[in-house]
Formats: sequence, C-alpha cells, structure tokens
Amino acid sequence: MAGDQGLTLTTAPAGTAPTGDDLGRRGALSAFFAYKRRTRLALLLGPPVFWLVIAYLGAIAALLLSSLWSIDGFTEKVVHSYGTGNLHTVFTDATFRAVTVRTLGIALLVTVVDAVIAFPMAFYMSVVASPRLRRILVVLVLTPLWASYLVKAYAWRVLLAPDGPVASVFGGTPGYGRTALVLTLAYLWLPYMVIPIYAGFEKLPRSLFEASSDLGAPPGRTVRSVVLPLVFPAIAAGSIFTFSLTLGDYIAVNIIDSKTQMLGNVIYGQLITANNQPLAAALSIIPLLAIVLYLAAMSRTGALDNV
Amino acid sequence: MYLTARTRLVLRLLTLLGLAFLYAPLAIVVLNAFNTSRTYAFPPTGYTLHWWSAARHSSAVLETLKNSIWAGVGATVVALVLGTMAAFGVQRYTFFGRRSVSFLVVLPIALPGIVTGLALRNVFDEVLGLPLSIWTIIIGHATFCIVIVFNNVQARLRRTGSSLEQASADLGGTGLQTFWFVTLPNLRGALVAGALLAFGLSFDEIVVTSFTAPADRHTLPQWIFDNLSRPNQAPIVNVVAAVLIVVAVVPVWLAQRLTDDAAGSRF
Amino acid sequence: MRNGHRLLRTLAASLTVALLAAACSSSGGGGSTGGTKNRKVPNVPMAKSLGAGEGEVNLVAWAGYVEDGSDDKKIDWVTPFTKQTGCKVNVKIGNTSDEMVQLMRSGQYDGVSASGDATLRLIYGGDVAPVNTSLVPNYKTISSFLKNGNWNSVNGQMYGIPHGWGANLLMWDPSKVSGNLDSWSAVFDDAGKYKGKVTAYDSPIYIADAALYLMKTKPDLKIKDPYSLTSKQLDAAVALLKKQKANLSEYWSDFSKEAQSFESGTSEVGTSWQIIANTINGAGKTTVKTTLPKEGATGWSDTWMISSKAQHPNCTYKWMDWITSPDVNAQVAEYFGEAPAQTKACSHTADKNFCTTYHALDANYAKQIHYWTTPQKQCVDGSGNDCTDYSTWTRKWQEIKG
Repeated sequence: MAGDQGLTLTTAPAGTAPTGDDLGRRGALSAFFAYKRRTRLALLLGPPVFWLVIAYLGAIAALLLSSLWSIDGFTEKVVHSYGTGNLHTVFTDATFRAVTVRTLGIALLVTVVDAVIAFPMAFYMSVVASPRLRRILVVLVLTPLWASYLVKAYAWRVLLAPDGPVASVFGGTPGYGRTALVLTLAYLWLPYMVIPIYAGFEKLPRSLFEASSDLGAPPGRTVRSVVLPLVFPAIAAGSIFTFSLTLGDYIAVNIIDSKTQMLGNVIYGQLITANNQPLAAALSIIPLLAIVLYLAAMSRTGALDNV
Repeated sequence: MYLTARTRLVLRLLTLLGLAFLYAPLAIVVLNAFNTSRTYAFPPTGYTLHWWSAARHSSAVLETLKNSIWAGVGATVVALVLGTMAAFGVQRYTFFGRRSVSFLVVLPIALPGIVTGLALRNVFDEVLGLPLSIWTIIIGHATFCIVIVFNNVQARLRRTGSSLEQASADLGGTGLQTFWFVTLPNLRGALVAGALLAFGLSFDEIVVTSFTAPADRHTLPQWIFDNLSRPNQAPIVNVVAAVLIVVAVVPVWLAQRLTDDAAGSRF
Repeated sequence: MRNGHRLLRTLAASLTVALLAAACSSSGGGGSTGGTKNRKVPNVPMAKSLGAGEGEVNLVAWAGYVEDGSDDKKIDWVTPFTKQTGCKVNVKIGNTSDEMVQLMRSGQYDGVSASGDATLRLIYGGDVAPVNTSLVPNYKTISSFLKNGNWNSVNGQMYGIPHGWGANLLMWDPSKVSGNLDSWSAVFDDAGKYKGKVTAYDSPIYIADAALYLMKTKPDLKIKDPYSLTSKQLDAAVALLKKQKANLSEYWSDFSKEAQSFESGTSEVGTSWQIIANTINGAGKTTVKTTLPKEGATGWSDTWMISSKAQHPNCTYKWMDWITSPDVNAQVAEYFGEAPAQTKACSHTADKNFCTTYHALDANYAKQIHYWTTPQKQCVDGSGNDCTDYSTWTRKWQEIKG
C-alpha cells in the first residue's frame, strides 16, 4: 500500500475486489479502473501529451522542416526544394552572428538585473512582512502584468524622454539606447522573477536564520551562505522567464531602442519585410537552441521544480 | 525568524524602491489618459476627460475586448483541463520520462512568441489548411497557458500528498466521489490562481496572437498595437490601459484570498 | 529522476550536432534562386463590367485614408459612401507597406491603398488584378503624371487608381537648428553637426534616399534611378547609411513616435511627412519647418488596388470611384496632408491655397519626386537585369542596423 504510489484506491484482499454489484452503479467506473493503472495514466496524460507533442512539437518540427526550403527570386513565393542554404547562411552570416551574441548578452543582463531587484523584494515579502501585508504585496506585484505590455513600453519612452520625469528628478536620462532597453525589459519581466523567488523563500525553514545567527554569522553572511544556495533554484526558475522573454522580444526594442537589432527583429524582418519564411524559420533555430540549452542547464539546478 | 532590525529596514527600503519602479510607468499611463497632448507630451499640455468619452463610444474597443475575453476564457478552460490532467499524471504516478513532461509543458512559454506563432501559423496555413478564427487564437493561447495551471496544481499536489484521498477511499468513496468531495476542494486555490494567471497571460498576449488571429476578429492587445502609433487614438489606448489596471486588482485580490497557502501562485 | 536530464541533454546535443553538420555543408538548394529570365506578370482577369454592390467591402489602408467619424466626428467620408452605395466599409490599418503586402496575400481583403514599395510585389505575386479604368469615371481627370508610372502599371496596363501623393520632406526644429536647411546633406555628410539628434525612416526602402543623395553628389557612381541599383551602387548607399547611423538618435516607423521624438527633443532633424509636421505644429509644444531639398526627394504615390481574390469587387470599384471624386479626394488630401490625385479636387479644398502649397498640379515639382517603387532584379527603370531586389535590400538593411 505504501510502496505503490500509483493507486488511489485502497487494496482489498485479492479475490474480493469490489465489483459494481457491491458498490452500486456509482462505483462501477472506479471499480473498472481500480487495477488498470496504466490505463488511468494513459487517459490522464493522453490529451495533454497529444496537444503538446503532436500538435505543438509537430508544429515546431514542421517549421524546422520549412527552413530547408527556398524562395524563388522573382515571384517571392516559397519553393519546396530542399537544401541547407538557409542554415548555412544563419550560422555563417556576420550580421546574424553579431545579433545572436548581442541578444544573448542582453537576455543574460536583464536576467541578472531582475534577479538583483527581485531578491530583496521576495525576501521581504516572505520573511519579514506580516501575512496581511504579504497578500497585499503579492497583489501589488501581480497587478502590473495586467497593464498592456505595449502601453508600458511607451510609458518608458515618456519616462526617459530628455524632458521627461526621470530627467527632472535625477537631472539626466539615459535616453533611448541600450541602457533604456535593459531597464525597460527588466521592468516588463520583473513580476515573473519576483513570484518564483517568493515561492522559493516560502519553502525556506525559518529556523535556519536563528541557527545561523546562533553560530555567529552576521546577516550578510547568513544571506550569502545559507539563504542564497537554498533559494537559487527558485532564482533559476524565474530566470527561465526573463531569459526567454528577452530572447524573443522585437516590439519593446523597436519602441525604446530602434537602433538596436535583436534576434526577434531579424526574424520578423525576414518573415514580414522580406517575406522569406524559410530563412525566418532557419533563424528561429537560434532561439530554439538557446532555450533548450538554457532549460537543460537550469533543470540541473532543480529549477523546473520551482517554476 | 531572527533578523536584525537593520536588515529588516534595508529590505523594507529595497522593497519600496522596487514597488516604485513597478508603478512609475503605470502612473505615466494614468496621467496620459488625461493628457490633452496626443503624443505623450510631458509635462502634460493640459488635462481633459475627452479621451474617456471617446473610449466609451469606441466600437472597436468593445468589439476587441469581447474577443479578448472569449479567447481568454477558452484558453483558460482548455489549460485548466489539460494542465490539471498532466499535473495529476506527473505527480501521482511514476513512469519513464516523467521529467520530460515538465520540460515539455514549459516549452511553449519558454520559446519566443515569434517562433511559436510562426510554427502554429505554418501548421494552420500550409499543413492543415485551417482558416484562422477565434479557435486558432484559443489554440495558440491554450498551448502556453497549460504550464501555468500545471505548475500551480502540481505544487499543490506535492504539498498535500495522497493521504486524504486514500482515507476517502478507505471510507468507501468511489473514485469520482473522492475527486469531487476531497481532491477538488483542496485544489481550489491552485486552480483559481492558475486560471487567473492563465487568463491574464492570454489577455495581454500580442505576438502569438498576431500570427493566429483572423483579419476580422482582433483582440484588445492587437487593437492597442494598431492604435498606439496613431496620434488621434493613442490617448484612448491609455484610457483603456488605465481602466484595465484598476479593474485587474479585483480578480488578482480575489485569487489571493482564495489561495489557502501563503505560497501564492506559480507561473 | 535522471531520465529528464538525460533526455534534455541528448536532445540538445543531437540538435546542435545536426545543425552544425548542416550548416558546415555547402549551400544546396535552400536560399534564394535567381536567374535572368524576365519576370512574367501572373494572368489575373480584369473586371469587364460592374454589377450591383455586394453590401460590404474590406479594405487595407494607411491611417487617415478611410475615415468614418470614429477618430473625429467631423472627419467622415465613409458614412456618405455607405449611404449612397449600400456598401459597408471594414478597414484594417496597415502601419507599413510590408504589413499591407502580407495582409493582401492572405486573400481576406478586397482593396488596398498601396504605396509604390508594395504595388509591384502585389502585381508580380498575383495578389492584385489589373484595373479596368473605364469602370472608374473619376479616373479621367486624375493628374496625368500619376498614370502609367513604373510603380503602378506593367506593360501599359494600369493596376490601380491613384489616390494621392507626397514627398518625404526634410524636417527640422528651428529652435535647435539654425538656418534654413535646403539639402539632404543635413542628414548625411553634415549629420555630424547634429550628432545624436538625426532621425531616419526605419525601412529598407530608405536606402533609396541614400541612393538619391549619391545620385546628385557622386555622379561617377552613375546612379540613374534610386530604385534601380546594381550591387556596387547598393554597397555605396549602404556605406553611407552605416556612417549615418552613428549620428542618429533613433529610427522611426510610425508617426506618433516621430512626433514625440521631435517634441521631446530627442530628434532635431530628419526625414518626415507633412502630416507629422502638421501634428507637431498643431499640438503647440514645438514648432518644426519642412522643405523639399534641392536634391529632390523620395516620396509616395498611393494607388488603390483590387485584390485578385476580392469577394466584393463591385463595392471595391465603387469605393475607388468614390475616393477619387473631387469632393472626397479633397477631404482626404487635406486631412492627411498630401497632394490629391484628382485635379478637380483643388476647387473643393477648404483651404483655397491647399493645392498650391502641395504643388498638386505642378508636374515639374512632381518630377523631382522619386516615388517609392519596389526594387527588382529587372531594373524598374528598364535599364537592364542586373539590379538588386527588395529581399537583398532587406538583408542589407539588417546589416546596416547591425
């Protein structure tokens, strides 16, 4: 009984398995499935797996396949002849390479900025704040997600304008450049970092703090050596969002820092401007690969249990 | 919980700064909803309620709002069903490839929207020949909303364990009775939190939607995207956004009340 | 527990290996196939006669072209159209030509107000049908210099009805920039004077602006038409634009953004449209001046085209006739800030000097404007087959942005 986690019905002695007659018609279904563990599992996992594997992964596979096609130079229509020309271009072209490196760099930077801002907030919310304040703070952190992403990006344009609020309050403004871009992206994804770290803090046994200070550690040391290692998987979980959302962004970039080109812009440009879907599909392999590698790296830290 | 007063003060300060950071742009949005300038001039060139009445009379706003709600509800329902099923499968059974399911479920939200959108449109157009409709929007949104419900339910299941369910069975409950009277009430908080986050995500989504939406049924974010660049419409967009912010507090607050455990919600 | 990690790692590894192998192999059939064969225009039937209206029409248009009172109650030429023809108008705003091409390709729209950098793509893609101009009575009195242009016709067959035209002007903030500018050198060779305050249009078609400048300043490049560029000429234009980038504040692609850019002091000089200048000057926070520089300018000449898959062709033809009727064409031209295509519109404008200000009837002025045209391998000015096409321009544009 204890060993088999799969069954949700208690085992009756073999030979006296509950039948439909025993329990009345209501129990017939449960009785039917009582010993059919695999069937139950298949029924439970079937639909979601079908949706995700057949439908979604299948769509991704079809996309990757289309990257092997080409475009007729004159009609701009897709030609179903196979070849690796697009892949070759994607991995050797200097511009695409520069854009990839830049995008990865920005994604990592945004992740770090978000982690730095979110950590003390989640710490306070979970460990210091009273239960009532905690609820209020969670609401406050989640509400901005409901304000439109586009509107928030334009609001940053206003904030960082040469004659805007930031300039009046701080005496200067970074203007519409790389700094503004990192700031805006970090802003947009901040709630996605705060909530997982907060959940991670909730799992932290409070006695650790007392134990650590009993052993003579000042607060900084406690945070560094006790809290951080334990909360790190949660930070990694949050980073999955900030990293992936930045990696694919092309709208906020255009609004805040149109001189910078990111992977999303290049893909969008080839797809919509040049109407070259095969090349756009080939370019999509870069973020696809980056995310798969990132997820693989993060899963080692246990992040996938903390999302 | 042993932290020095100074540590608490520092944390409190940093949290306040973080909240100020979160709400400064929202303050600008609300300000611009009253700004007479059509191009976000700062400081505001004047104050007016003109945009509010324009928003109220805009048929485009109401129409796209309706579409967004339909798409959100549809996607949330699908996500609730599939996400819960997957969470149960993963949490209550051991099997080969269990970890892979977690990875699989998170993939749609981890991959850039443009890749997901492109892949889905490719399938709809080339492979299936399926015309775009509200259903293709729902399919697109549901795909990345599943993980939200999955994570919330899984976290809850992990914490509660199966002892209550076993007790119920011991007392003679059928599978269905156990599920309805014991499991579901336990999950209520996780389901509500998951549903709410999933709806919110679908409601604000623009990239995948732009690839999966038909020409004649657009969602609110698409309307916002089309109109933010037009001086005559941009302030109306700010009005809509301001209203959304204020209205959103209610469901978010409710979800927090309904979540019994203090760990809140999961993405 | 280790299953998941192994699976992930195997997946990641095999994906990487496969891709590297594919990438390192020499390019096969994938990519862009070319050739020197002449481009053929797809055979799309032309309407022979008009029937009754179908009750509705779906249009793709630039913002400001199809106004039905929802932006401003006084600006409405759609409601009278619906009253007269019974055709309900559904409009989808396209923010860029590229978007419009995509929308028309979906086959879900009946008509489009296409600029020259979209028209040829639509024609050669078989997405629009030739227009039977005898079915559009108002066509007769449209400015003759807009008819049978190389952006709206092929082999003498018109593919649309001209709507209006305008130039991409040089705009500057006189409170920050002294003197009366008269040359595009302000944004190219002399851009260093306004370092970090210059703005440019965010589209590959802007390469033509650089080419136009080189046409006048570097005659040894032998550029005859800014849209017919050989590889060598294209590279020269690209080099100029790369140099310009260092002096830019930002690129703009929608007119709210450019208006805000000038009003906030982020930009002080750059290419613009008259309507943007009108918006800025109307708001009152900043004032700007505009001019058509001495080198001439690129511009647009928008054409109403009908989809080859139009579900409501009769309503579409009725719309094309309506929007080019004297009174309506005057209204839309004044609202948008461009020269009307309809010569008779000049007597219907509210501002009696409107047509003079916009040089609407001045064929010589119009000659200085090089309307947006989609670059093709087969040179659009008819000079040969070795020009660069739009997809090459797009790649180059991405290279410029870096």
